[in-house]
Amino acid sequence: MPFQRKDLLGIRELEVHEIEHILELAFSLKEINSRSIKKVPTLRGKTVVHLFYEASTRTRTSFDIAAKRLSADTFSIGATTSSLTKGETFLDTVKNLEAMKPDIFIIRHSASGTPHRIAQRTPVAVINAGDGMHEHPSQALLDMMTIRQFKGRLDGLNVLLVGDIAHSRVARSNIWGLTKMGSRVTTCAPRTLLPPHLETLGVQVCPRMEEAIPHADVIMILRLQKERQEQKLLPSLREYAVQFGVNAQRLRRAKKDVLIMHPGPINRGVEVSPDVADGPHSVILEQVTNGVALRMALLYLLAQNQP
Amino acid sequence: MQQEGFASFLLRQARVLDPEHHRDETADILVSGGILKEVTPHLNIRETGLSNVQEIDLEGKWVAPGFVDMHVHLREPGEEYKETIESGTRAAVAGGYVAVACMPNTHPVNDSSAVTRFIVDRARERGSCHVFPVASITLGSRGKDLTEMGELQEAGAVALSDDGRPVMDSMTMRRALEYSRTYNLLVISHAEDLSLAANGVMNEGPTSTLLGLRGIPAAAEEVMIARDILLSQLTGAPVHIAHVSTEGSVSLIRNAKNLGIQVTGETAPHYFTLTDDAIMKFDTVFKVNPPIRRHRDVEAVKRGLADGTLDAIATDHAPHSSLEKDTEFEFAANGAIGLESALPLALGLVREGVLSPLEMVAKLSRNPARILGIPLGSLETGKPAHLTVIDPEAAYVLDAETFQSKSRNCPFHGWKVQGQVLMTVVDGRIAFTRLNL
Ligand SMILES: [Zn+2]
Repeated sequence: MPFQRKDLLGIRELEVHEIEHILELAFSLKEINSRSIKKVPTLRGKTVVHLFYEASTRTRTSFDIAAKRLSADTFSIGATTSSLTKGETFLDTVKNLEAMKPDIFIIRHSASGTPHRIAQRTPVAVINAGDGMHEHPSQALLDMMTIRQFKGRLDGLNVLLVGDIAHSRVARSNIWGLTKMGSRVTTCAPRTLLPPHLETLGVQVCPRMEEAIPHADVIMILRLQKERQEQKLLPSLREYAVQFGVNAQRLRRAKKDVLIMHPGPINRGVEVSPDVADGPHSVILEQVTNGVALRMALLYLLAQNQP
Repeated sequence: MQQEGFASFLLRQARVLDPEHHRDETADILVSGGILKEVTPHLNIRETGLSNVQEIDLEGKWVAPGFVDMHVHLREPGEEYKETIESGTRAAVAGGYVAVACMPNTHPVNDSSAVTRFIVDRARERGSCHVFPVASITLGSRGKDLTEMGELQEAGAVALSDDGRPVMDSMTMRRALEYSRTYNLLVISHAEDLSLAANGVMNEGPTSTLLGLRGIPAAAEEVMIARDILLSQLTGAPVHIAHVSTEGSVSLIRNAKNLGIQVTGETAPHYFTLTDDAIMKFDTVFKVNPPIRRHRDVEAVKRGLADGTLDAIATDHAPHSSLEKDTEFEFAANGAIGLESALPLALGLVREGVLSPLEMVAKLSRNPARILGIPLGSLETGKPAHLTVIDPEAAYVLDAETFQSKSRNCPFHGWKVQGQVLMTVVDGRIAFTRLNL
């Protein structure tokens, strides 16, 4: 069997053949999303609970649409509606929900490792929808799906990751996924936004955008949180935009078929200029479209693996 | 004549390890009326004139001066659901300890003679072993105003520390070292630069990057050790460095000792046993402060123990309940219990050839007693008997469920270990035993 896990917690522990299998399934499910009646009965009678301890409209909506198109029933527990703030621990919440017999938990949490700790304690399947600075596996998978869609392959490509690698779960999941699939990953950012011992993750570090851009087949731009300036990791957002922002002028030295990607939401004018975000190389919206298909594939696989 | 409550017993043919007297030999030990009467190669009971002497055959076993743990958290007053002086000292004697020094981060903080006296009194009423309070350096351990050290000493405090927190302000630390010197009260440094530690939750290194957890760099510890060594040199006051965990810390202390600066250091079993890879599954039982580090740090800590840079093995016994530990990794409290698992882990160093049996005993008894200035850690005939009896060979699985401590946050639960405490004698009384007597 190509994918036999109870949970999908991260990319780091996945085998290449598992990633292949997920991507293939996602491509085959994508067609459902362009039908006039976008619904198949595959997960009828299954209950999917979104457990979001951290605000996120995009990821939750994407998972929700994916589940509904597979005919699952979905429910959302947000940090505001949860009893977390009333002294209930995350395990209490999970055990309470578990008693209502759901099939899949989709969990986002600001603390790294929390979906893993929950998965160890519950028979319910767990999908990690982003944990702290650790992993965001569905995002990395949809990114790989998008690259493969446009480039036909992942093997041998040069992928440039620009921006806040240190605090980014998207970066970590992509680094593990892309390097497993044979891409070469280079990072470009001020040193304060690179995690210590980054080289141990198997990536190159290039401090100059001008040197990095010409080699890139894909430029993946990460979101820069404004609070990084308050944390004194950057002297100013202005300098960041000047030194590391991706703009049309910088792209003149890029390959003609370079792909511009961004996990969203975008800080226009900071990490990417509007003309690039909306320009001919941008596949940012296709990432969003692929996100639904990819998440349908994950829900389908985990539901299938349940006893 | 047998004194009330005291039995007479004769420990037969154990390997006696007494670092103070450089003794490592097979001998008989006679305890009577609470007093260590004799330590001699062969003792004839009839010649002692005593009746009702219980003979305990200890061939193949070790007897050491009772262990002293210079760094524990007993949680009383204030957090009795985690540990009490009663349960913590029961755990202590089960681990071979005849005395513990308890850190002041209770609720309220031990920053007044009232709290110190409460601890001393409670230990006298309900304790299974001796308890020596460590009072705080500053009021509330807030790092600002010095405590009334003279009065704290009169109430029973044997040392000062803001353990759990550093004294961040260097001038306050200087004044603390100078003022405490008036009373010959030792200052124990919890070396952590809070701004460098930056709310980190594990060691900064490849594993923290892998797991997306905020890291605490080795430098956060080393910067403060360097500062406190310099302040010790400046003031002439001795300083003791608690829970040393990094390679750099060991070399700073080694260099300072070579320069004749009065610095001593302790480490704990988790720092010479565990690496930060243990956190890969986000298990909060491995969350301690300072954090468990890298392999090279573990090796450096062992070298520091071997060459005498690190004087003592303490446990930093830090009980927490599931309320503090069964949470997200980031939000979990720091700390691990250690009193009932220290001996087999220390014996691991003997089996590895890092320490001789005599050196191990010195780091568990004589050295911490000397550093704290308390009259324990050696076998003195004519004085109250404080003994720890060890079976160095016993192989078993550590089971935290069977521990005397109220808490279960033991990182070594389920480990196959070798070496067990068979009996602990406090003031001539058998305070704990696994033997069928
Ligand atoms: Zn401490």
